Amino acid sequence: MMHFLLLFSRQGKLRLQKWFTPVPEREKKKIVRDMTTMVLGRKPRSCNFLHWKDLKIVYKKYASLYFCCGLDAEENELLALEVLHRYVELLDKYFGNVCELDIIFNFEKAYFILDEFLLGGEVQETSKQVLSRSIEASDMLQEAEIDNSDYDLELGWP
Amino acid sequence: MPAPIRLRELIRTIRTARTQAEEREMIQKECAAIRSSFREEDNTYRCRNVAKLLYMHMLGYPAHFGQLECLKLIASQKFTDKRIGYLGAMLLLDERQDVHLLMTNCIKNDLNHSTQYVQGLALCTLGCMGSSEMCRDLAGEVEKLLKTSNSYLRKKAALCAVHVIRKVPELMEMFLPATKNLLSEKNHGVLHTSVVLLTEMCERSPDMLLHFRKLVPQLVRILKNLIMSGYSPEHDVSGISDPFLQVRILRLLRILGRSDDDSSEAMNDILAQVATNTETSKNVGNAILYETVLTIMDIKSESGLRVLAINILGRFLLNNDKNIRYVALTSLLKTVQTDHNAVQRHRSTIVDCLKDLDVSIKRRAMELSFALVNGNNIRGMMKELLYFLDSCDPEFKADCASGVFLAAEKYAPSKRWHIDTIMRVLTTAGSYVRDDSVPNLIQLITNSVEMHAYTVQRLYKALLDDISQQPLVQVSSWCIGEYGDLLVSGQCEEEEPIQVTEDEVLDVLEGLLVSNLSTPVTRGYSLTAIMKLSTRFSSVVSIYGSSIDVELQQRAVEYNALFKKYDHMRPALLERMPIMEKTASNGPTEIVQTNGETEPSVPDTKHPPLVTQPANQVTARSHDISVFTIDGSFFVTDDVLLNQWFNI
Repeated sequence: MMHFLLLFSRQGKLRLQKWFTPVPEREKKKIVRDMTTMVLGRKPRSCNFLHWKDLKIVYKKYASLYFCCGLDAEENELLALEVLHRYVELLDKYFGNVCELDIIFNFEKAYFILDEFLLGGEVQETSKQVLSRSIEASDMLQEAEIDNSDYDLELGWP
Repeated sequence: MPAPIRLRELIRTIRTARTQAEEREMIQKECAAIRSSFREEDNTYRCRNVAKLLYMHMLGYPAHFGQLECLKLIASQKFTDKRIGYLGAMLLLDERQDVHLLMTNCIKNDLNHSTQYVQGLALCTLGCMGSSEMCRDLAGEVEKLLKTSNSYLRKKAALCAVHVIRKVPELMEMFLPATKNLLSEKNHGVLHTSVVLLTEMCERSPDMLLHFRKLVPQLVRILKNLIMSGYSPEHDVSGISDPFLQVRILRLLRILGRSDDDSSEAMNDILAQVATNTETSKNVGNAILYETVLTIMDIKSESGLRVLAINILGRFLLNNDKNIRYVALTSLLKTVQTDHNAVQRHRSTIVDCLKDLDVSIKRRAMELSFALVNGNNIRGMMKELLYFLDSCDPEFKADCASGVFLAAEKYAPSKRWHIDTIMRVLTTAGSYVRDDSVPNLIQLITNSVEMHAYTVQRLYKALLDDISQQPLVQVSSWCIGEYGDLLVSGQCEEEEPIQVTEDEVLDVLEGLLVSNLSTPVTRGYSLTAIMKLSTRFSSVVSIYGSSIDVELQQRAVEYNALFKKYDHMRPALLERMPIMEKTASNGPTEIVQTNGETEPSVPDTKHPPLVTQPANQVTARSHDISVFTIDGSFFVTDDVLLNQWFNI
């Protein structure tokens, strides 16, 4: 299973953190620090795999964002690269030519998409279309609520 | 009270901060506003405020005061609230806090909600962070959802069940009935998560494994369909149909086929098919091949298939993609014990990987190279490994040096070659050699009796060049102390004996004593060496007794006493060391030897005999070991006892 998934920028700023095992807050901060240091310190044409404690670390850079995950030792690293890639594709489809700013300003949506793709550290859906349709439907449910409410649109969603 | 600012507005504002202090100020201000809003129990803006809190939490600021608010959002009727509430719970709560248990009831209700997206939120949260208590309470609901015909919910329930089983393994049994027709599903999401669930159950329980073995034909069929079916736009990745599912099936087959001939037989064909037909131009195809190779190597596959697998790995080694090369080396490392000969065929490619620029690849190549060393290839391999030792990064040198020593010990074709190899390591990577190597090397050297003259000569010459590498200096000092007489008498047969006088040797040893490069341990070695030479050379009369280092001072004073008061014992005490045998597997931590030259005499009852140092104390000072008599019998122990001996 995947133990965690982190997204961080070239300067080491965290943009998303998903933890699939219970980790104390202080430990999370330490892991994030370790990951950013290790990954940002890699030479440009190194391979995408690292070892850290008893986990395999798989990372990939997309534009200005690093996608970094920690896996159990028996996981398939090459497939993990495909998992990261699929997540990027899903974000890209949702936001249309996704960039780091999209994820900064809409981090909650990035989480929602991730939660439709992975559950408990495992892939739950392998079809891009099915996944996109679920997200759309959830979003529409949200929209419907706001439309139906007595609120002035000023007060509505974040 | 004005409406709290919107999330995106806050993000925009915080990003305009030019310093950390400015950012902190903005955050504190907003947190204060959010806190008062929470205190007012405002339902309308709770969602917005928690969302902002989650953003600030990601920046590293504390957000614990929002935990209860997340629970309130989860309990709300609005989907919008629940979405943020569950997200907040997953980010801010964890099973260490009792607060999380308050979620249990809400999750239970939401698992039975009329809207599948709400049920989905509950399943997701439970499956990501559910504690053991929560899992126990809600396992029944998950099991119910596992049997639903709604594929959206079924796939999530399957992974939720996996989480429950991980947290509370005893609950595994209750999910067994629901697994009955999971594999008959057409929906890939459900299929994939079902395979994950079955894998988890089989890995945890041998009974489950036996029970699910009968699924092998079905799994083989599903895999076959995936490979043979035409283009499927929904699941296609670079021409391959649902690689995620293919890999998971291959992994489950591996577990089912392990140590079972029939199952392995049943999957033979499909494995061969996948291995030969999968497109290898992109990473996705190689990911499947990689998993296939792992499966072939782990089950009871026929030899033809195994050779096919190793050859795939051999091809991987030549791939331009670093990741593929890395993965090949890792896999070969796993199989090198069981399929040694097949892996040997790729030795030259593996050795080439030692020159790779990538650090991870170099490390794997080094480990694999050591695993491949045997009596036949030792000379060639050692040449490559020594070259690697010369040029590699410091982070590798210690491991490489240790590996070289081990390999040399096992397969050295001759004693001279062995000594030469040790010399080469000490001179090129001397400072990286592990501390425990020094006693090991000393032990090796004493064992090569006919090489003593050659060894001491070479070590002496090395000392003349360089006294900065401590392990080298220590081993050299020890050898010169023991075999200095051979050095001076020019007895070397293996190479041209050098002309060196007693004074020159003593000068070198004294040089070590005073040099700033020498560590206290090294100085101890050289002092003891000089002491030993007092019986072998004629020119050593006494030992200089003052030194800042307490250890050295003590030694020097004691050695001096040996010269003055107990001179009659000196020759016997400082005799040539006997060949040491290793009694412990990690080297001379407890070396007990007699040299068989004195019979134990009647014990003196006035002076109780000294006990040998316990092993842990000897290890703590893994440097020079002295021999001396106590009541006529010989004990070999650390010279920390020297002062006690003198007090008797």
